[in-house]
Amino acid sequence: MSETTHDGTVAVTAAPSPDEGLTAAELAAKYGLSVSGARPSLVEYVRQLWGRRHFILAFSQAKLTAQYSQAKLGQLWQVATPLLNAAVYFFIFGLILHASRGMSRDVYIPFLVTGVFVFTFTQSSLMSGVRAISGNLGLVRALHFPRAALPVSFSLQQLQQLLFSMIVLFVVAIGFGSYPGPAWLLIVPVLALQFLFNTGLALIVARMGAKTPDLAQLMPFILRTWMYASGVMFSIPVMLRGKPHWIATLLQWNPAAIYMDLMRFALIDGYGAENLPDHVWAAAGGWAALFAVGGFVYFWKAEERYGRG
Amino acid sequence: MAEQNTGQHDGLAGDAGERRPTVIADDLHIVYRVNGAKTGKGSATAALSRILKRGEERGVRKVHAVRGVSFVAYRGEAIGLIGSNGSGKSTLLRAIAGLLPAERGKVYTDGQPSLLGVNAALMNDLTGERNIILGGLAMGMSREQIKERYQDIVDFSGINEKGDFITLPMRTYSSGMAARLRFSIAAAKDHDVLMIDEALATGDRKFQKRSEERIRELRKEAGTVFLVSHNNKSIRDTCNRVLWLERGELRMDGPTEEVLKEYEKFTGK
Repeated sequence: MSETTHDGTVAVTAAPSPDEGLTAAELAAKYGLSVSGARPSLVEYVRQLWGRRHFILAFSQAKLTAQYSQAKLGQLWQVATPLLNAAVYFFIFGLILHASRGMSRDVYIPFLVTGVFVFTFTQSSLMSGVRAISGNLGLVRALHFPRAALPVSFSLQQLQQLLFSMIVLFVVAIGFGSYPGPAWLLIVPVLALQFLFNTGLALIVARMGAKTPDLAQLMPFILRTWMYASGVMFSIPVMLRGKPHWIATLLQWNPAAIYMDLMRFALIDGYGAENLPDHVWAAAGGWAALFAVGGFVYFWKAEERYGRG
Repeated sequence: MAEQNTGQHDGLAGDAGERRPTVIADDLHIVYRVNGAKTGKGSATAALSRILKRGEERGVRKVHAVRGVSFVAYRGEAIGLIGSNGSGKSTLLRAIAGLLPAERGKVYTDGQPSLLGVNAALMNDLTGERNIILGGLAMGMSREQIKERYQDIVDFSGINEKGDFITLPMRTYSSGMAARLRFSIAAAKDHDVLMIDEALATGDRKFQKRSEERIRELRKEAGTVFLVSHNNKSIRDTCNRVLWLERGELRMDGPTEEVLKEYEKFTGK
């Protein structure tokens, strides 16, 4: 290694330098050079990420706009897509399969639409999270920024997408007799907690997807299982009546079901607290904190390895 | 422009007594891992047997792109990287920038080296206007800095010379126009250690001259400039030292003229 260095640099300047004979590490230390591409400390990493907040927001908005920019109806699809989605689920589960099981129409339709939208929020955050690094290798290899900016940005994109869906949801709720009241204010903490949970989950799968891109192929199946187990189209306690009680409890405590139930409780007049499991807010906060902190640390641990191979 | 440039060269020679290293590469090795390229057969059964025969990274092919490169770059140097296609020039730049993790060895740098390349952050479906903001933010500029330089970027790119194109989506641009906008965005930022990967080849001749000028300016502001190019003339015009890479190894390192003479003999020009 040293021959090339010596031959080359000596040829450029013949003057003997006081640095002659120092090893690379000593030379670096003498002039205060640092190792390129080393992982920053956790605190420093959070600071860097905060410094990139404008990029994170701009990137998520850009992705959101770019999504429908080729369509003739343009940004109208932001609202039309969730509306069509809800209509399809209503057609299948409401009209054909009668999954309402004793819920009145005025409750079931907002119940279903809320479920679909809230679950889609988690689902699409996960789907884009798993490709956040592996699908943006060009960006990771060309520019310097804390890599967590990508999964966070994609989750933020999904949050903005959900805000469009909420417009549809409000119209549906009001159309079926649930009018805005103080309970609607609960939507804000529910969304905030779910966003934290989704981001943490996206960070975890982003690291896993960076190492094993095959995960993106597997994800739709995992997500579909999760969707059917979370009671998106039916009430878990009603559907599992007669089965051992612990199954229903387990399903109700899964984070997706918790956030869906809280949102329904906030929005729908006929969906009271009796439908919620015990300590539901503690669970909602606990899942959010666990995943947000755990996911962030887990992602940071591999920071210097993203972009390899 | 040219006078300023030579003036700077003199300044550099004067500084030779106190030479501060800005980039130190110490026995650097870079290895790419490519999934599913081992057996040559990409069939499902081949993939399955790879999974079943679990072992140390089966089914992953390694490409040893940079093999034990060491050098020290000093403040004020403009270093050209030459070598045939696939010799590891771009990979070496990315490793210096800390964007590719090293397999073995280390790179020490003064400050944060940046690669002149913003292409990956831009989106074809967005207007040129929004891409300037997005690209600037991606490079780590603040919103105020971008606002300040916005008009310069538009003027430099010359996008608006033929009408109001900056408010149209980038997918409607000709390839030359898009390349010019990309270069203009990338060149808008000041850098400590700047690395340029064949950026000089973009756009028409008028734009090429403009970008060479801009690169000289950037060199003045930057501590050290690295330039990858297959164009020996642009290396001669801008660099005072050349690293010649061949098959991932450093074949020669020295003053521009010496190395280029050998290189031209080697390539048979």
